[in-house]
Amino acid sequence: MTRNAFDEKAAHEIVASFDARPEMLVQILRAFVDKFTWISEESIRLLARELNLSRADVHGVVSYYCDFRTERPGQHIVKVCQAEACQAMGSRQLSAHAEQSLGIEMHKSNDHVTLEPVYCLGNCACSPAVMIDGRTYGRINAGRFDELVATLQGGDQ
Amino acid sequence: MTATRIYVPRETAAISVGADDIAISIARQAKESGESIEIVRNGSWGATWLEPLVEVDVGGNRIAYGNVEITDIPGLFSSGILGGGEHERRIGPTIDIPYLINQDRWTFWRCGLIDPTSMDDFRAHKGFGALEKALESDPDIVIESVLASGLRGRGGAGFPTGIKWRTVAETAAEQKYVVCNADEGDGGTFSDRMLMEGDPLGLIEGMAIAAYAVGASCGYIYLRSEYPLTHPILLRAIAAAYKSGWLGKDIQGSGFDFDLELHVGAGSYVCGEETAMLESLEGKAGIVRYKPPLPAIKGLFGKPTVVNNVVTLASVANIVNLGGDRYASFGVDRSKGTLAFQLAGNIKRGGLVEKAFGISLRELIEDWGGGTASGRNVRAVQVGGPLGAYIPAEQLDTVMDYEAFARIDATIGHGGIVVFDDTVNMAQQARFAMEFCAIESCGKCTPCRIGSTRGVEVIDKMIEGVEYDQNHDLLVELCDTMEDASLCAMGGMTPYPVRSVLNHFVDDFSSAQEADK
Repeated sequence: MTRNAFDEKAAHEIVASFDARPEMLVQILRAFVDKFTWISEESIRLLARELNLSRADVHGVVSYYCDFRTERPGQHIVKVCQAEACQAMGSRQLSAHAEQSLGIEMHKSNDHVTLEPVYCLGNCACSPAVMIDGRTYGRINAGRFDELVATLQGGDQ
Repeated sequence: MTATRIYVPRETAAISVGADDIAISIARQAKESGESIEIVRNGSWGATWLEPLVEVDVGGNRIAYGNVEITDIPGLFSSGILGGGEHERRIGPTIDIPYLINQDRWTFWRCGLIDPTSMDDFRAHKGFGALEKALESDPDIVIESVLASGLRGRGGAGFPTGIKWRTVAETAAEQKYVVCNADEGDGGTFSDRMLMEGDPLGLIEGMAIAAYAVGASCGYIYLRSEYPLTHPILLRAIAAAYKSGWLGKDIQGSGFDFDLELHVGAGSYVCGEETAMLESLEGKAGIVRYKPPLPAIKGLFGKPTVVNNVVTLASVANIVNLGGDRYASFGVDRSKGTLAFQLAGNIKRGGLVEKAFGISLRELIEDWGGGTASGRNVRAVQVGGPLGAYIPAEQLDTVMDYEAFARIDATIGHGGIVVFDDTVNMAQQARFAMEFCAIESCGKCTPCRIGSTRGVEVIDKMIEGVEYDQNHDLLVELCDTMEDASLCAMGGMTPYPVRSVLNHFVDDFSSAQEADK
């Protein structure tokens, strides 16, 4: 994952590509996350201005959805599914292993990685599942988790 | 020499266990061996436990090889996989796999069979035949056949689809909408995803039929963001449909217009609730609306809107093709037709099983699923997602029927079946139900917003043995309050799993302390 900083020109282009329609705010924010990885205060100001909304309106939407981070995440994002099918196959233990293996608690970030729970990746017949940088992996155990994470460490950008 | 066709699914579950790497490896091996092959990235048949499932077309018969690993590829080629040769991974003809042939594949029949984004393949398998037929008849006739089918919403609420459509059709408005709910957030469910990845054009056809029936010219698919692989597949299918005149203005010269747009959610479970979804589609926070007015009267942007689940919409094409009566001949009583059951969690043969209603939970778990993956005894089964009850092993003979489930205080929901073995601590599962509600509550109504947090606290006290009896009674009362007074199913049904644990596994609250070390 690249670590693009906010760029006013790029942000403006994204808004324009949605014809600055305020009803597209959720989709525009998605595009911002794709481009900038997180939603900064500058993004919120720009969106309020260009969509003719109040900053409170934009902030309300940003803070509602968990995909819209308001802090810079780690270089890699690791999500461990903690929904019921994965629980039935040991996701609680896997989450504990992930915390230990990455040396970081759930919901926390360091420069390298962000570790988060996720509630269902729709891979429930291959539980437990994790998602790493947007790719879903199934039938994960502690060993397989460490293998996947090790390839990340090798691939630092 | 004609190229041998090899099928390797491009589907989330298959890829999650290595299907992409298998496809690359097969291509490389074929090149090295000088063999001419064509790799088709199909959807999954739903025998997920066999993934990655590779099929080879041998003279028109598809020969399946299951649980293929990268290290198997050289051996498979030397065993003559291209001619369907013997190998320890070889299962035999796909059409002979009992898990698949014993299903009632009304809605998922193209899943696994075709190349999902190929218009030619779709058309060769009856694709858009139902839409053509619908466009030649009166919209009322389409609604009549959906009414006759007895189809109920497969998203979980089970509302009769034909009645919803008729309401929208009879509500006068300049603009109406069709919204496909593809925010499949329930833990233990993946049928919407499998259909969208395996037969996306089938969904588009169903949406177009719905739009024609109710007089809508614009549709949206609201896809959850946890399905990143589904997104490009849907985009490709939509583009293919536009290109060949099955979406857009004046579809196939019929005078009927239908535009379709894909929106992606942003990680909110409640956005699977229809009014929260409409808010999100309008660019707002996904906060539940009061009902009434129903979305069928005042939905998206205040206009009459059909909101249906993916599987519901995809089931319609064959209802138009084969007749509502035919669909209604499957199933029992008021549960007509088929449901795509999803076998998940601690199960040996997990996957998707589309069967007529009336099959028992035990048949699904034992005959199809083969029991637990761990080999231990089944202790509890959660049916219908995080808002569904935990069913004890003693009740596995309950048949899949909306009313039969209601009688045991359970729900079929979206058809997810999550199996737990006897190592599960059910107090922890009850606690999770409340915790999940606290995490995902939209916050609009108090019983859900506050009740869920109080629920976690009360359960923690019970587990710790603090004033156990008082807290037990308090939890029962809290469940009543949440069920009676919440605005939507999030708070209103979270009591289902909690109460089922109180009713069937209450001892786990007092033993949790030791079990939890």
